[in-house]
Amino acid sequence: MSDKHMEKPLIEVKNLKQYFNINVGAFKTKPLKAVDDVSFSIKKGETLGLVGESGCGKTTVGRTILHLYKPTAGKVFYQGEPVETKAQIKEFRKKATMVFQDPYSSLNPRMTVSDIIGEPLDVHKMYNDKKEREERILQLMSEVGLNSEHASRYAHEFSGGQRQRIGIARSLALNPDFIVCDEPVSALDVSIQAQVINMFDELQDKKDLTYLFIAHDLLVVRHISDRIAVMYLGKMVELADADEIYNRPLHPYSQSLLSAVPIPDPKIARANQRIALTGDIPSPLNAPSGCPFRTRCRYATEQCAEVMPEFKEVSSGHFVACHNIDKAN
Amino acid sequence: MSLLEVKDLRTSFFTPAGEVKAVNGISFFLDRGKVLGIVGESGSGKSVTAYSIMQILASTGKIIGGSIKLDGEELVGAGEKVMKNVRGNKVSIIFQDPMTSLNPTYTIGHQLIEAISLHTDRNRKQARERAIEMLELVNVNEPLKRMKQYPYELSGGMRQRVMIAMALACEPDILIADEPTTALDVTIQAQILELMKSLQEELGMAIIMITHDLGVVAQMCDEVIVMYAGSICEQGTADEIFYNPRHEYTKGLMRSIPTQKTAGKKLQPITGTPIDLLNMPEGCPFAPRCEAAMKVCIKHPGPFMQINEDHAARCWMNVKCGMESGEIEPVLETEKGGNE
Repeated sequence: MSDKHMEKPLIEVKNLKQYFNINVGAFKTKPLKAVDDVSFSIKKGETLGLVGESGCGKTTVGRTILHLYKPTAGKVFYQGEPVETKAQIKEFRKKATMVFQDPYSSLNPRMTVSDIIGEPLDVHKMYNDKKEREERILQLMSEVGLNSEHASRYAHEFSGGQRQRIGIARSLALNPDFIVCDEPVSALDVSIQAQVINMFDELQDKKDLTYLFIAHDLLVVRHISDRIAVMYLGKMVELADADEIYNRPLHPYSQSLLSAVPIPDPKIARANQRIALTGDIPSPLNAPSGCPFRTRCRYATEQCAEVMPEFKEVSSGHFVACHNIDKAN
Repeated sequence: MSLLEVKDLRTSFFTPAGEVKAVNGISFFLDRGKVLGIVGESGSGKSVTAYSIMQILASTGKIIGGSIKLDGEELVGAGEKVMKNVRGNKVSIIFQDPMTSLNPTYTIGHQLIEAISLHTDRNRKQARERAIEMLELVNVNEPLKRMKQYPYELSGGMRQRVMIAMALACEPDILIADEPTTALDVTIQAQILELMKSLQEELGMAIIMITHDLGVVAQMCDEVIVMYAGSICEQGTADEIFYNPRHEYTKGLMRSIPTQKTAGKKLQPITGTPIDLLNMPEGCPFAPRCEAAMKVCIKHPGPFMQINEDHAARCWMNVKCGMESGEIEPVLETEKGGNE
């Protein structure tokens, strides 16, 4: 861990903004600030967990980093180089890939497994002849624990866990450094989930991969991540080492989020004092002024309504955006 | 007498590919005021158990054996007239997805009033009052405004509250909650679970909580049933199941969930893939994935053994351990099964 902090970041995200224009009337649009001024960096070989409730913009962050959406503002740097022009984006996408949440809709039902895994190779012309392509596909399949005899089957013939393995093999096809994992295990059963999590671990060790691991299951994120970032309504509210954020969450939102996780241990669960959050997440179209969390926050003051708190480092590597850290702790 | 007594329930689906034994001989009791958790992975038969109790199975599904007694009254084969009185009145159900279980073309108020006037003698005005009262009970803010709104205007958590209000409007004895919080965020999930728990204590009803989330079970349930491939592998009090699991599948489940202790370490997953219900093995259905499987497991289903007063499991390992410690005599009636 400590030597990782010294290295220069593999991925750097600076002031990333992603606004979507939403029709609110016949001729009127309104920006939906899905991601609003988010900055962070990920070191090589590290796993950054990104958590938050639905609609907080965590998936949009992942997709915007890969330039699946053109960022409204802000920049993404890969190994210190900006990713901006078409050529840069194409080069970047060889090194940065994605694993999707739903192993059912993310695989084309009309393609065989070998064509699904081989498609990135075709797009980037990564082979000289057919034989090389086939060998690479079989090698990828064995890496993710798929039987090579199944190469000519279609996705519907596989179970959820196996489909997710196909998706992972596809994301590995180009030998990437960086993988955005967007809720890769949330559609899987508990017993299969553990298999896939272990595989992510093993692949990371073997290939020195870097992950942005997006999930809403906080126990899974805690297990797999070195550092964890918490998002709320498009803003990043806290970022720290995994242990630190679980043992000493500073932002009131992280505190209630963590206390809301049901712990699979009856005695702890009964004794657990939950920090109750009232109400729902406000619509991102009508986000509150100032700090987005203030409408549900117990410590909110007038200042919170006026000024968005700065995302600042309060102790080594622990960033928080809150005016009232002292009150909340 | 227990409120609900299920004995050797068998429900099958008849598909073109063959008979799928979704629920294969399960037995349990539920007492008033208790929360029973049914856990298992997809396809283990936990939802089909619930749908069998309500008799709302898809047209290909059929209860082919066993008995379901509610307050002493037999429901299997009871006919639609009896079931109409059971559904909503005595037993209510809330589903996983609150969006698809509310009708998008009617207002919340319309749907609540419809449910209430269908099951009680209240006139429209009284039903409306009751609907507003129920919305207040489940902490829906501005109930008068919500009555006029359509489901799409409400958030997921709010819709699930409306579903709970509807389910509780006729004061059922049993509330079946089929993955009630799976589609919700954790902070909203915590709100809904807390609401269900407090309503349960207030109204004294029993809850059957169907979930795959062991965290939810630990928080909510007094008793737990663990299902695999249509049968019960283990049942007992929550403490017994979590701290003293006696079936290899339950042990595997407990090992495979990430906790604070596993951070940075390898998880211990259950190997293999879930069972194909069309090709059920002869012996214990979990045997093909079980690391401790013995020869007998492959040939014969495990005997359902009482571990102690609060706990029973269907696993050959218990026989092996019992024989090793001398607690079990080597003569065994293996085919007995059931709850005894």
